Amino acid sequence: MSQRPSSPDRGLRLRAALGAGRVASALSRRTGRGSGGVIGGRVVLKVQPDTPRLLAQGRRIHLVSGTNGKTTTSAMLTAALGTLAPVASNADGANTPPGFVAALADPAEQVVLETDEGWLPWTVRNTHPASALLLNLSRDQLTRHHEVGKIAVSWREALAEVPTAIGNADDPDVVWAAMASSQQVWVAAGQWWTQDSVACPRCGSRCHRDGVSWTCGGCGLSRPKPDWWVEDDDLVSSDVRLPLQLPLPGRFNKANAAMVVAAAVHAGAEPEKALTAVREVRTVAGRYAVQEYADHRIRLLLAKNPAGWLETIQLISQGDAPLVLAFNSQGVDGRDPSWLYDVSFRGLAGRRIVVIGERAADMGVRLKMDGLEYVDAGRRVRDALALLPPGQVDVLANYTAFQDARRELAHAAGQ
Amino acid sequence: MPRDSELAVVLVYPDLLGTYGDRGNALALTYRARARDLPVRLIEVAPDETAPETADLYLVGGGEDVSQALAWETLKAEKNIIAALRGGASCLAVCAGFQLLSREFRDRDGKMVAGLGLLDVVCARIPDRRAVGEVVAEPVGIPALPTLSGYENHQGNAVLGPDARPLGRVTRGLGNGDGQTEGAVQGNVVATYLHGPVLVRNPALADHLLEQAAGPLAPLSDEAVERLRRERIGAALRDDTRQNSGILHKLRAFGGRMAKARGA
Repeated sequence: MSQRPSSPDRGLRLRAALGAGRVASALSRRTGRGSGGVIGGRVVLKVQPDTPRLLAQGRRIHLVSGTNGKTTTSAMLTAALGTLAPVASNADGANTPPGFVAALADPAEQVVLETDEGWLPWTVRNTHPASALLLNLSRDQLTRHHEVGKIAVSWREALAEVPTAIGNADDPDVVWAAMASSQQVWVAAGQWWTQDSVACPRCGSRCHRDGVSWTCGGCGLSRPKPDWWVEDDDLVSSDVRLPLQLPLPGRFNKANAAMVVAAAVHAGAEPEKALTAVREVRTVAGRYAVQEYADHRIRLLLAKNPAGWLETIQLISQGDAPLVLAFNSQGVDGRDPSWLYDVSFRGLAGRRIVVIGERAADMGVRLKMDGLEYVDAGRRVRDALALLPPGQVDVLANYTAFQDARRELAHAAGQ
Repeated sequence: MPRDSELAVVLVYPDLLGTYGDRGNALALTYRARARDLPVRLIEVAPDETAPETADLYLVGGGEDVSQALAWETLKAEKNIIAALRGGASCLAVCAGFQLLSREFRDRDGKMVAGLGLLDVVCARIPDRRAVGEVVAEPVGIPALPTLSGYENHQGNAVLGPDARPLGRVTRGLGNGDGQTEGAVQGNVVATYLHGPVLVRNPALADHLLEQAAGPLAPLSDEAVERLRRERIGAALRDDTRQNSGILHKLRAFGGRMAKARGA
C-alpha cells in the first residue's frame, strides 16, 4: 500500500486534488473526450502540484525511458514485475506528469512509469525511482528537442539520484548517462541507428565502432560488458539461457524484452516467470494489432523517427504485403520531416505502396527519390485500402497518423 | 546532355554533417542528373578518408554542435576539399556547413574562430530565440530561381560582407537571423540555413548547381515536387507552421501539449 503523507494539511489538499481530478475525468468520459486520465491529472496538478511526489513516497517506482520502445517496454515490464506484486502503470502511454498522476493514484506497491525522455529529470526529482530502464537515444522531433546530446546531458545529471540503471550497453549516450547511477545492469540491446552516437557524449571525440563494440578515441569510454544479451532467439546471461519466443515481431522487441527481464530479475523476479509474463504482451496501445476491415487484414505499425522507420522498414521488408504509409507533421510528430531522407526506403522496392496523411506529398517525393512508385490517396485509410487487393496490408504510420488510422478503422468497424 | 565523364558529387562527412536529412540533397542531385541521362557518381567521404580534389560538386551538411566541432577538426586540414573549393568547384553548404565555410563562426564553446573563408560572411548567434519553422524567400543571389522553400531550425545568424550576396530575401522565417536575408552566394558556393531538404524542395537550385558543373540541362518538370512546393509555400504563407508566431502558435502549442500528454 502507498504510504500516506504525514502533514494533515497536505493530506487534505491531496485528497481534494484527487477528488477534483476524478470529477474532471468522469466529466471527460461522459462527454466522450477520451479516458479522462490526462484531464484528471491536469486538474490534480493544478490543485496540488506536489501530487506525484506525495503519491510516490514509499513505493517502488521503475522508470522506462528512451526515444523508441517506451510504451511496449513499459507494458512488458508491468507484466514481468506483476510476477512479484501488483503493478500500477501509465499503460496508455501518457508519459508526462498528468499521466503519472493517473498511474500513481492506483495504490499498487510497484509503479512502472513510462517517461518522456525530456521529462526524465523532472520525474526522477519528483518520484525518486528505484530504477530506470534506459532504452536508446536518437533524433526525434528536432523541432522540440533540437539536439540529442543535450538530452544525454540532462539524463546524466538526473540519474545520479537513481540507485540502479538498466542500460543499453550498445548506445554510447545511454551508457554515459547510466554510469551516473550507483549501479548498472547492462543489456546488449543493439543499436542499429548509429548516426546520433558518432561523437562521444563525455568528451566530444569520435566514437569508433567495430562490430558491436565501440570505443571513444579521446577519453576511452567504451561498451561495458553486458550482463544480458540476445543470441538468435535466446535471452542469455551468465546464469540462464531462455528461448524468447515473443509474439511481438522485430529484433527491437527482442531487445526490449531482454531489458525488461534484466530489470525484473534485478528487482527480484525469477527469469522464467518474468519472461513468461512478457510473452503475454501481444498488442500495445493498438501497435502490432491486426484488424479486419472489408476484405483486408490490416497490421498497424507505428514508427515516429528515423531510428523507428529504419527498424520498421527492416521488419516489413521481410514480407510482400501492400503498404499504406501514413504521415503527418503535428507538433508531436515533429514539424520538419526532412529526416525522411536519413532513412533508405529501398527495402520496400517491388511493393505496392499507397501514401496518405497531411504530409503525403513529402512522403511521396521521398519514395520517388529512392526510385519507388506510389499512389497518393489523400487522407483516409479507407481510400488507400480501396486501391489495394484483398488480403493483408501493412499500415505504417507516424504518431498522429497512427492515432488517426486507429480512430478511423474503429469508427468504420462500428458502422 | 551528353557528357564524356561522370559528374562527381562528394557528400562530405555524412555521418557528422547530416542531422536534418542532408543526404536528401545528394539524392535530389543524382535523381535530377540521371533523369537527363547525365552520368553521376556520388562519393561519400568519411573524416578518416581522403576526399577527391577533382570532384565537380561538394555537399557540406548540417550537424549538432559536437558533430560540427568534430567535422571542423578534420575539414580545416582537408587540403583536397579546400583546394577544390578555392579552385571554383561547386558547393552547397547547409546550416553548420554554411558556418564552416564562412570567414568566422562561433564554435561550441562560444568563441569566434576563423572558418574556411570561402564566404565573406560572419556567423554568430541569434541572441534571443531559435529560428524554427517554414521559410519562404524570394531569390536574390541567383535571380533566375523561382521562390525558395525550406524549413529552418537553428540559432546561428549570418552577416554578409560585400563579396557575398544573400541567396534570398525572406518573406516568412528568420533566415540569416535578421528576418530579411537568407543564405549566401559567392562564386560557385551556395550556402543556406534551409532544410527540407533544400534541393528536394527547390529543384531549380539543384539544376543550377548541376549546370555550374555540367553546362546547360534540358528542362525537367516534376509534378510531385511542384505539388509539394505549392503545399509548403502555401502553408508558410498562411503562417500556420511557424512555431513562434503569436496567438495561433500558442493555441497550437497548447493542442500539441494535450496530444503529447495523451500519449506521444
